[in-house]
Amino acid sequence: VSTQSTGPLHGYHTMFAIARSALRAPVRRTFAASASASVHTLPDLPYDYNALEPHISAEIMTLHHKKHHQTYVTGLNAAEEAYVKAPTPKERIALQAAVKFNGGGHINHSLFWKNLAPTGSPETKLSGGEFKEAIEKAFGSVDAFKKELNTKTAAIQGSGWGWLGYNKATKSLEIVTTANQDPLLSHVPIIGIDIWEHAFYLQYKNVKPDYLNAIWNVLNFKEAAARYKEARSSS
Amino acid sequence: MTYELPPLPYAKNALAPHLSEETLNFHYEKHHRGYVNKLNQLAAEKPAWAGKSYEELIKTESGVVFNQAAQIWNHTFYWKSLSPNGGGAPTGKVAELINEAFGSFDAFKEKFSAAASGHFGSGWAWLVRDDNNKLQIVSTHDAGNPIKDGHIPVLTCDVWEHAYYIDFRNDRPKYIATWWNLVNWEFANSNLNQQRSFL
Repeated sequence: VSTQSTGPLHGYHTMFAIARSALRAPVRRTFAASASASVHTLPDLPYDYNALEPHISAEIMTLHHKKHHQTYVTGLNAAEEAYVKAPTPKERIALQAAVKFNGGGHINHSLFWKNLAPTGSPETKLSGGEFKEAIEKAFGSVDAFKKELNTKTAAIQGSGWGWLGYNKATKSLEIVTTANQDPLLSHVPIIGIDIWEHAFYLQYKNVKPDYLNAIWNVLNFKEAAARYKEARSSS
Repeated sequence: MTYELPPLPYAKNALAPHLSEETLNFHYEKHHRGYVNKLNQLAAEKPAWAGKSYEELIKTESGVVFNQAAQIWNHTFYWKSLSPNGGGAPTGKVAELINEAFGSFDAFKEKFSAAASGHFGSGWAWLVRDDNNKLQIVSTHDAGNPIKDGHIPVLTCDVWEHAYYIDFRNDRPKYIATWWNLVNWEFANSNLNQQRSFL
């Protein structure tokens, strides 16, 4: 999946744009003339740490949110602060990997918490409507959609994310994957599934398919439908 | 020809308390064995390259075949890079070479630890050498293996999350600190002055 369109900085600026809209981080003005780095914060989980039991354990949710996501936030703030202060292009370029990694991690996890919902809650039901119809049209059936998303996500070698994404150019829903903490840039993210080992290892160990089956019980289809609607209206 | 999982050089509880028996059970029996099973599956479907050594597959293949072969090789090398009798300061020829390349063991330890803990995502940290025994630290991503770039591996540390999550959760730096208690300097020394076939 290509996530870059034009030039080396394009994807980078696009990522910042997505970061600003997805995270709505407050921009703090400092007295230094050119320093205007945002201070990112860890968003609250929209539910209790145990709300996704038994599908995703409280222990995983706690570590995932309080440790992993927090580390990306802390890392992003540090990387952006250093970036803003870096006096030369060479030094800024040297910091880009850290901005991409931590920034992507913050974006991806912020989206993730929102596209999950408590076990048994109404949001976890994919009810009839524009979104469900679009899935059936794109994949044939909801089952076929589930199968494709799970298969492609499980096939990622290493760490990454599986996504249901909206392709604005073709106005279609597609399954795409991203590596490491790369943010999804080629499509509008509708549903993201974290397949880094930290997302499932304590509970599912090496058995990725079991985790991928279980997570379908706690996907927030209401949020997904809302993202889809917004993506369609802003095409 | 079927590919076989090489035996673990020690019992599954031999690295405790540094790395638990539970970790070795999953890491060896599920992950390492899983790569071997998958490679055999692929070999049955595409016998054209079946029977090639891991080194050959690493150098000539890409994609899913490369991933399995490289990960089998990487894990075998990792188990050997650890020892129940390991740890402490390096001895022998490798100690000399470390001082030459890095100034001191402490300096090397700091650099290697930084490379291992700072790697973004899954991968491996390696101590490698060239034909003149000059040492270098390299990291590879995911299933990456340094022999593909012409380096000769001396030691490795697995930084995929499955290597440390059971024992250390998200605390990769703590896992790296533990790796130093197990590092097998004997194995490192045996990888000097050899030209091929490290396994």
